[in-house]
Amino acid sequence: MINQVYRLVSPRQFEVTYQDFSLQTDMVVVRPTHLSICNADQRYYTGTRGKEVLAKKLPMALIHEGIGKVVYDPKGEFPSGAKVVMVPNIPTEEDEFIAENYLRTSKFRSSGYDGFMQDYVFLNRDRLVEIPDEMNPHVAAFTELITIAMHSLTRFESRSHKRRNTFGVWGDGNLGFIMCLLLKKKYPDSKVISFGKTKYKMDRFSFVDESYQIDAIPEDIAIDHAFECVGGLGSQYAIDQSIDIIVPEGSISILGVSEYPVEVNTRMLLEKGITMIGSSRSGRADFENTVSFYKEYPDVVDYFTTLIGEVQTVTSIQTIIEAFEKDLTSSWGKTIMEWKI
Amino acid sequence: MNAQKGEFNMIYAQILAGGKGTRMGNVSMPKQFLSLNDKPIIIHTIEKFLLNERFVKIIIASPKEWINYTNDIIHKFIGANERLVVIEGGEDRNGSIMNGVTYIEDTYGLDDEDIIVTHDSVRPFITHRIIEENIDFGLKYGAVDTVISAIDTIVESEDGESISHIPVRDFMYQGQTPQTFNIKMLKDHFYSLSDEQKAVLSDACKICVLKGEKVKLVTGEVFNIKVTTPFDLKVANAIIQENINHD
Repeated sequence: MINQVYRLVSPRQFEVTYQDFSLQTDMVVVRPTHLSICNADQRYYTGTRGKEVLAKKLPMALIHEGIGKVVYDPKGEFPSGAKVVMVPNIPTEEDEFIAENYLRTSKFRSSGYDGFMQDYVFLNRDRLVEIPDEMNPHVAAFTELITIAMHSLTRFESRSHKRRNTFGVWGDGNLGFIMCLLLKKKYPDSKVISFGKTKYKMDRFSFVDESYQIDAIPEDIAIDHAFECVGGLGSQYAIDQSIDIIVPEGSISILGVSEYPVEVNTRMLLEKGITMIGSSRSGRADFENTVSFYKEYPDVVDYFTTLIGEVQTVTSIQTIIEAFEKDLTSSWGKTIMEWKI
Repeated sequence: MNAQKGEFNMIYAQILAGGKGTRMGNVSMPKQFLSLNDKPIIIHTIEKFLLNERFVKIIIASPKEWINYTNDIIHKFIGANERLVVIEGGEDRNGSIMNGVTYIEDTYGLDDEDIIVTHDSVRPFITHRIIEENIDFGLKYGAVDTVISAIDTIVESEDGESISHIPVRDFMYQGQTPQTFNIKMLKDHFYSLSDEQKAVLSDACKICVLKGEKVKLVTGEVFNIKVTTPFDLKVANAIIQENINHD
């Protein structure tokens, strides 16, 4: 079968390429239905990743957040039409201690490996997790982003001390919103404080206990553990502030990606005996946990619907470009592509 | 199988492989069996249709003497699949379609809303969207043609010597496939044609147009090419093999 793969060939330029696949395979074939644009995709699309990275990684199909329906399963384990979320991490080995998303041998879609912008996606069966049939597909499309927060929570639980009276979450974007919401649900008796920069974005965090703008944090605030969901240059200031107001022996989970190294106040880090927990991407277990979470807390899915920003029907390369451009000018939420190409 | 008779419209696909490929030059077998990246072209096409679960049956119309061969390569490259049926093609394109219609009627019966998506076996670059839109519009409008805007100026010459007419290019399209029809409507119109008309009407959509049916357009793709000449086959092989992956 000739499969169309829609690849970014240079900034703002997509081309269709063709790959030959056979149906005599162990893989499961999925037709993507809803794809969600991530900031990492935008860094390729706009060309801000830097010339060397672009030269090395392009041409490449973007998008690592998405759902689809199973159209072919040689073993017949997935019913035809089953709705699934696709796991973008592709491990090639197993390790007793190192999770699949930290193994250096793993591949990751839309980062050096073709993402989901394809006519059909061929996946190993363990790279699919079924989602509830009635679930809002626009929310389900950005499940991968939610698994990032879920994954960092799992790491936090196994690496931090057990006093969890107050959490601080830095970042007023999508990930900050998700992180606050997960914390509030998982630890209903704990206080969740959000720290952000932009007032109108922070107003959307209606479920947090307190929220402060980062240039007006009261002096008497203290937190047990911090989550940094800022990224870029801003993560330096977020980490700095969290070190300042954290109670000794607390943990700081770092989730925001920064292109360049940032400075850290190691003196205070040492004095307070702070544990820093790095967290990146996610694996199959995090997808399973997230889907269970959807089932357990349907009201959370309703909250997530407020993260749906632009929805663009995609039927051509031109409409793909429109989706990416809309996403760039959108001030809040995720851009979802209804994949009808 | 998803659809049961009576619950939904029955949606059939028909892969037209009745031709013997005289345009391919001096080759030993019809063009649909030639290899594209080490697999017969027709197999690529069938696979794309198999991935659409809305089709209850995919009927392949093959020249009589190539039916066994067609079954053999399906078995070799795809394996046993109850949704695939190979039948004998007709004298010409419309004859093959009508053989498909007769087969459907005799085997499964025919309801008013049943449709058939007919596609050239030698257009393996078909996409999911083109098939989906053919089905959706076929159910809604009863007749569908897949076209792309004309790139070159179309020139009409009645005697082959000089121009008789140059149509406005903005109104010109190039026909591709699939073409999709309400089966009963197509059948009724086809059998109301005289033998002379049948001989001239090589295109099933033209039958519908002549009978006053509205034929809805689906936008095709420039790359949805028909592999009919050695040049096309070279192009098709080249665009598959240009693929580079950064593993």
